[in-house]
Amino acid sequence: MKHLESRRFTIGGIFLAIGLIFIIRLFYVQVIDDHYKLDADNNVLRRIIKYPARGLLYDRNGSLLVFNEAAYDLMITPKQLTEDFDTLKFCQLLDIGIEDFISKVEKAKKYSYYKASIFEKEISARSYSKIQEQLFNFPGFFVQTRTLRSYPQNTASHLLGYVGEVNAKKVEEDPYYKSGDHIGISGIEKSYEEVLRGQRGVERVLVDVFNREKGKFMDGAYDSSAISGSNLQLTIDAALQQYGELLMQNKKGSIVAIEPNTGEILTLVSMPAYNPNLLVGRERSTNYQKLTKDTLNPLFNRALMAKYPPGSIFKSINALIGMEEEVLTPNTYYSCNQGYYFAGRKMGCHAHRSPVNLAYSIETSCNAYYCNVFRNIIENYPTAEEGYLVWSEYVSRFGLGQKTGIDLPNELQGFVPGTDYYDRYYGEGRWKALTILSLAIGQGELGFTPIQMANMTATIANRGYSIQPHIVKAINDELIDSLREIRRETGIAKKHFDEVVNAMAKVVKQGTGTLAKLDSIEVCGKTGTVQNPHGDDHSTFIAFAPKDNPQIALSVYVENGVWGSRWAAPIAGLLIEKYLTDTIADRRKWIEERMLNGNLIANSAKSENETHE
Amino acid sequence: MRRTNSLIDNIDWFLVSLYFILMVFGWLNIYAAVYNEEFQSIFDTSQRYGKQLLWIGTSTLIASIILFIDERFFSTFGYLIYGIIILLLIVVIIIGAETKGATSWFAIGGFKIQPSEFSKFATNLALAKYLSTINIKMDNLKTKLSAIGIIGLPAVLILLQNDTGSALVYGAFVFVLYREGLSGNILLIGLASATLFVLTLLVQSTEVNIGDSAINGTFILMGVILVLLSLFFYFNRRKKGILVILIGVFIASIGLIQSVNYVFSEVLEPHQSKRINVLLGLESDPHGAGYNVNQSLIAIGSGGFAGKGYLEGTQTKYDFVPEQSTDFIFCTIGEEWGFVGSFFLIVLFMTFLLRILFLCSRQRSAFARIYGYGVASIFFFHFAINIGMTIGLAPVIGIPLPFFSYGGSSLWGFTILLFVFIKMDADRLEVL
Repeated sequence: MKHLESRRFTIGGIFLAIGLIFIIRLFYVQVIDDHYKLDADNNVLRRIIKYPARGLLYDRNGSLLVFNEAAYDLMITPKQLTEDFDTLKFCQLLDIGIEDFISKVEKAKKYSYYKASIFEKEISARSYSKIQEQLFNFPGFFVQTRTLRSYPQNTASHLLGYVGEVNAKKVEEDPYYKSGDHIGISGIEKSYEEVLRGQRGVERVLVDVFNREKGKFMDGAYDSSAISGSNLQLTIDAALQQYGELLMQNKKGSIVAIEPNTGEILTLVSMPAYNPNLLVGRERSTNYQKLTKDTLNPLFNRALMAKYPPGSIFKSINALIGMEEEVLTPNTYYSCNQGYYFAGRKMGCHAHRSPVNLAYSIETSCNAYYCNVFRNIIENYPTAEEGYLVWSEYVSRFGLGQKTGIDLPNELQGFVPGTDYYDRYYGEGRWKALTILSLAIGQGELGFTPIQMANMTATIANRGYSIQPHIVKAINDELIDSLREIRRETGIAKKHFDEVVNAMAKVVKQGTGTLAKLDSIEVCGKTGTVQNPHGDDHSTFIAFAPKDNPQIALSVYVENGVWGSRWAAPIAGLLIEKYLTDTIADRRKWIEERMLNGNLIANSAKSENETHE
Repeated sequence: MRRTNSLIDNIDWFLVSLYFILMVFGWLNIYAAVYNEEFQSIFDTSQRYGKQLLWIGTSTLIASIILFIDERFFSTFGYLIYGIIILLLIVVIIIGAETKGATSWFAIGGFKIQPSEFSKFATNLALAKYLSTINIKMDNLKTKLSAIGIIGLPAVLILLQNDTGSALVYGAFVFVLYREGLSGNILLIGLASATLFVLTLLVQSTEVNIGDSAINGTFILMGVILVLLSLFFYFNRRKKGILVILIGVFIASIGLIQSVNYVFSEVLEPHQSKRINVLLGLESDPHGAGYNVNQSLIAIGSGGFAGKGYLEGTQTKYDFVPEQSTDFIFCTIGEEWGFVGSFFLIVLFMTFLLRILFLCSRQRSAFARIYGYGVASIFFFHFAINIGMTIGLAPVIGIPLPFFSYGGSSLWGFTILLFVFIKMDADRLEVL
């Protein structure tokens, strides 16, 4: 066995031989041969993010509202900056100052030495071609393509919303986003962000010191391609939207039109508006600052975020509640002697014939009639509190004082006071129907948004129910059925609605809303005047048409327009006519003319100045 | 040597120290390979270095436990342990989790365990037990076949898990068999076949023009072999039966040359043959199959003599080298510590291996000695293939560098393998 013992030397020898070979090889690779060092310098891996194209937006008829345009981000990797970097030449190329350059490089270093970050963002295609030619002279920089939103029709800016850079908080919360990414900030861009954004892809490319691409890393084994975002078809009718904006030019206010049997929003106008193309690309923050400083507040979406008392329009609701509560019939008469007198006080009314029945009360918008109705509703119960609870429950079933749940962000809730509100204000058990009588005519504490009023109108048009208002009809041509299946019932009998609808038809035919009257189509409406302590009252009007099988229901608000009949009713009439007949009858052209030329902004500015003095 | 019963006195602390030095050096490099500025706490267990710290701690615990187990436990239950591991290897094929194409992992909670990392230990134990049985002679054909069976069974099972690299490690046991009496000719034949295989690959696509006709390189190679064998016969013509043997060798050589293409295209997977081609310089594919080695060489080569400094490596930072904290951990060492560091590492491993061989030679029991050779062979194989592949001397075979590569299973496996031997060595004087 002795000879086997010696075999350990053979084995040990083999071990040592391999060790020696390795050392020689390493000496060669690491010390003698230089080309690996050069390769290391030449060898730069670049991670290029493939931004997906954001989904496009179309109106209900397939007309394009939002598309994408190419733009370029100049990226920097601080570790790759060389010592002989020609800063001056680079600054000239980009047309930036040296200080600016230094501070941007510092910022990038702070973020990461090794990871690329944005040096200059959203360079236009034109500037890019100039920069790209020279870029190979500046190691450490490369260009990444992304897309910017573009709006071929200057319309619907509030509801479309805009896209901007994601903020630090969101980056922390949601791992999908990296600093510098784009995200929908308002409007549909925000509420449908996840549908629109698509899926980001990544490509790893090897580049040398001259910024030349040397091929894909690992033959693209780790690459992923970008998946485009889904396209959305909106419920909006772009032509109607634009017509609405045109009618509302030089006025403050809003128009919300809904298709009653589907809940689809046909127009959502908020004026003054802004050109959506302003909030795109490098100019976004400058323009945004300008817009926020504008005293007319064009960024404010009045249709969803402005809160007004409903005014006389609300009488229709009180009439419906009264009938359902059986304290009112169509044949109930009350007398009105230019107002309603109670406890030595008076709720004023204008001059009209008396006594008044239900239909005429709506047609002529009699205040005294609804003081009686409201009082009867509340006093039908042992305490004012109980009566009020029943009443406010009905109000809430019209979606008033509640978010409609539209698929847009930042909707205001509106306000219907709770009993605790009055308890606090007057003391518990120390208030009654007469104390809160202004609610009878839609004044007082009530505050509803234009979209809530439009939804309420759709509820009346449907004779008792509403469908979830929504703005997106289809995602990638697939209809969203879930939204149109949400139906809200008022619990008020249809026959009561018929009474109110008949009265509303008369409002347009012969009452306060005759400027909304059309030749061929029967329009139902109700005017309102919203008391405004800061200046002229606001002109409001709700309407739907045709009376039977309604196609459109809308609310119109014109701030400082004083009476509903003066501005809101004619605008509503024109919109209905445009939508249902596609044209404006010659007989009514003068109305259109007057609306287009009307300028309430100059007036209101004047009146506001006067009040300040 | 004075005989003492104290465990502390009998442990080979030199080997234990080497173990810790290797492990700590390894951890420093995993930290460097994974290092990025965002996560700097070394205890962050969401990062690999944090987890590795956990593995190092548990490995130390396992090592301590092994030192308190009676040495006879391993010889007694050698076959049982082997049996259990074989069972696990079968089960993992059926219910194992797939990672990078290989189904060799049990996923338990957030951690994954790879039984093939423990089967090396079990196979070594079983082989040592078998070969140390009284009356076992290596010359015996039955002995050879049984030994090959013990080694081959786990290797085949691991092949079935699609983990070719780990299966090849079992080839290391040829050193053990050689030490225990396997004919040296077998090693020579193996070496000669491998050389011939490589030569065939190198020459088969070249053609030599003689007169008007082009002759394929393989025929030239056959001709050269024929000439060499004829010369050999001429000088040894007096030996009995030499002609028959040489004719046999020639026929075998022709057979081997002819089968190269078949093996290459039918037996090996395309990526395997590609890796061999790249290694031999027959194919250049710097972005594909050759990518790893190319990038690895760039990283190591760019380290220069003194290295770029700890945590200063750029090639590893940019993730150029894939698997840089596992199979290609040596790149980080080469890049950041330079030739000095690589040299130190090789010397460290050599010392480690030779120390084990030395300890083997002082064992009284055949069981402990054979086991020890197994330990040395396995560590050597891992060392040679892993570093060889990173510096372009061996094909890319994904096996870890002991104590350096990131991974809990492999560190545990290597620790058990080593410390069972350290325990045997500590108890060597108790063996009669």
